[in-house]
Amino acid sequence: MSLLKVRFNRWSHLFLPLSVLVILLLINLIKGVDYFKITMVNGVFYGNIPNILFGAAELVILSIGMTLVTAAACGQDISIGESGAISSAIFVQYVLNAGEVTIWTILAGFLLSCVAGMLIGAFNGTLVSYFNVQPMVATLILFLGGRSIAFIIDGKVSPILANPISNQIGTFIPGVPIQTPIILTVVFIVLVAVVLKTTNLRLYVEAVGVNPSAARLNGINPKKIIFLTFLIMGVCSAVAGFLAVNKAGRHDSVNLLKFIMMDAILAVALGGNSLAGGKFSITGSIIGAYTIEVLNRTLLRLEVNPEAIKAFKAVFIIILMVIASPVVRAFARKLLDKAKTIVTGDSVRQTGALDEAVVSMTDSSGKEE
Amino acid sequence: MKRLTRVGLLLLGVVFVLSTVCGMVAAEELIRVGIVNLPPEESGYRQANVEDMSRVFSRENGYDAKQTNTADVNEQMAAAMGYIRDGVDYLLISAAHASGWDDALLAAKRAGVRVILFDRAIDTDPSNYEAALLSDMHYEGQLATDWVLNNVPEPINLILIRGQLGSAAEIGRSAPVLNAAQEGKLNLVWDGTGGDTWSLEEARKVVEAAIAAGKDFNVIYAQNDGMAQGAVQALEAAGISHGKNGKVKIIGFDFNRFALRNVQAGYWDADVQCNPRQAAQIDQWIKSGNIPAGIVYQEEIILDTDTIIDEHIENYGINPDPGKGVITR
Repeated sequence: MSLLKVRFNRWSHLFLPLSVLVILLLINLIKGVDYFKITMVNGVFYGNIPNILFGAAELVILSIGMTLVTAAACGQDISIGESGAISSAIFVQYVLNAGEVTIWTILAGFLLSCVAGMLIGAFNGTLVSYFNVQPMVATLILFLGGRSIAFIIDGKVSPILANPISNQIGTFIPGVPIQTPIILTVVFIVLVAVVLKTTNLRLYVEAVGVNPSAARLNGINPKKIIFLTFLIMGVCSAVAGFLAVNKAGRHDSVNLLKFIMMDAILAVALGGNSLAGGKFSITGSIIGAYTIEVLNRTLLRLEVNPEAIKAFKAVFIIILMVIASPVVRAFARKLLDKAKTIVTGDSVRQTGALDEAVVSMTDSSGKEE
Repeated sequence: MKRLTRVGLLLLGVVFVLSTVCGMVAAEELIRVGIVNLPPEESGYRQANVEDMSRVFSRENGYDAKQTNTADVNEQMAAAMGYIRDGVDYLLISAAHASGWDDALLAAKRAGVRVILFDRAIDTDPSNYEAALLSDMHYEGQLATDWVLNNVPEPINLILIRGQLGSAAEIGRSAPVLNAAQEGKLNLVWDGTGGDTWSLEEARKVVEAAIAAGKDFNVIYAQNDGMAQGAVQALEAAGISHGKNGKVKIIGFDFNRFALRNVQAGYWDADVQCNPRQAAQIDQWIKSGNIPAGIVYQEEIILDTDTIIDEHIENYGINPDPGKGVITR
């Protein structure tokens, strides 16, 4: 019983993001029962669910980085789309200048773009951690200037990435039934999970986010931790840029990952994370990211007029945010408790008897030994 | 130190952009021109446009030209006023915003500066400028719609993917399709948009939604090349044939070279020109002294798999050429 309770408490913060997602899925199911239908096309799974997983790949990766930045720096990085555009521009230039394109050129270009992403993260991180600039103000610099930089790296045009390997990264590898961006997203999530499990990153980030002074007194350098989260954000941006540019097959510095920071911040908030920093849940943010993707597609599925689609999205988001807000959450908990007491009120004796039976059973088994 | 170098690099970038704007020495025998344009990083179209302006209005060609490229309409007006004070002969404007230009235009009139608008119209009395050389978005839409009506077998079931709602390009390119639908010449089975960024991803989602809803369609009318590309990606993933020998006909706009190569390869079906190269025409007007009055529309064309040739791609295309036979998926 208590173990179950511990487990429930550990996952209870996911209850609301999940419930929001479930509501959206239900709406989709009501619209048409074939929503979860998956078929095979050219040896690859095809259907609404694969489409959602495919479409949300970049957003999921960016929302992971955004969660960490939000938790430690108590603010948001609004230049993620631009840093993705810059790092992917470097990737594209490397690949185009490499001559023959092999898997190794792509890999080298990818690593190079990750380094570029980390440099951008270091720039933002330095401003935020060592110069105490507000994160949103610090990242505003690249938000405004980043696309021009990417444009210049591109040689003032939008270069084409029409090689078969890029195409396979953006679509699917023959013989593999799942689209490559989905696989790469999963790999990235697993990597992040491993890092969080094997290091003290979570503890340090949360400590810094909750109270930097207390963290410093306990031997954690808040500046370093905040800087580190921006570095990770840079890597996330580079990976997202890599996925986006391979999906698109050409580098459009103007529109690549444009305004995606809005959705990433929203994903963090929908995931039940406080935008003022502190404790965080990456699982929540990932669910939030998928929720946003599902929301976008739900509006299309409901055949909302294109003129009205933004207004509808805004209304939906307000409703979702209210559902996911602490006030409603507290209210729901109170309601749940009340319901529990009403239900358990007249079944107290039954459970009491059950507990006794369990105790006696364990007792007897203990005796036998 | 790290920060300093980075700030330095950033400043360098800014200086680089600014330096393209400056650098002028007045010479009496040259025609003095002030060009107020949008920044090249706005789009592939604008890049080609700015490049074309710089190429034609050069010193070798007999011009002393100054260019201001900014997306901020107030900065544009300030730049226009500056050019008028400098006493330029001609003022060429592509306005970031269509309204609020009356003061600047009247100042030009009083100073005897002749104003020619290019690419974008301004909401003002036609007497406030000499001529305007524009792309007729409605005509472009009509070209595409006529192509659909003539080349797609009945019944025509069309998916419309609009650009930024309310923009001149979106309104112009949508109207002929909507008219044809109203007259019953074609069925509009899905009406979507790529949003404010004319987004490839959004276009893809629109087509995915149409497929998921079980719609039967045989034309995708995407109002720019990026969105057409996104739409085709959705078809590819769903295993629906398209292009010259396929079920679904694909139409894009803007003449990106990758799009024209896709048309040439029969991967798409048609593309409509949106010509960013107005400079040569304006140059001819100025040199001949014969400037027409009012709005003049550029002549623009549609190319399909049968009519397209390499010279079109070379001369009329924008952005890099992926090479003959290369398909951009």
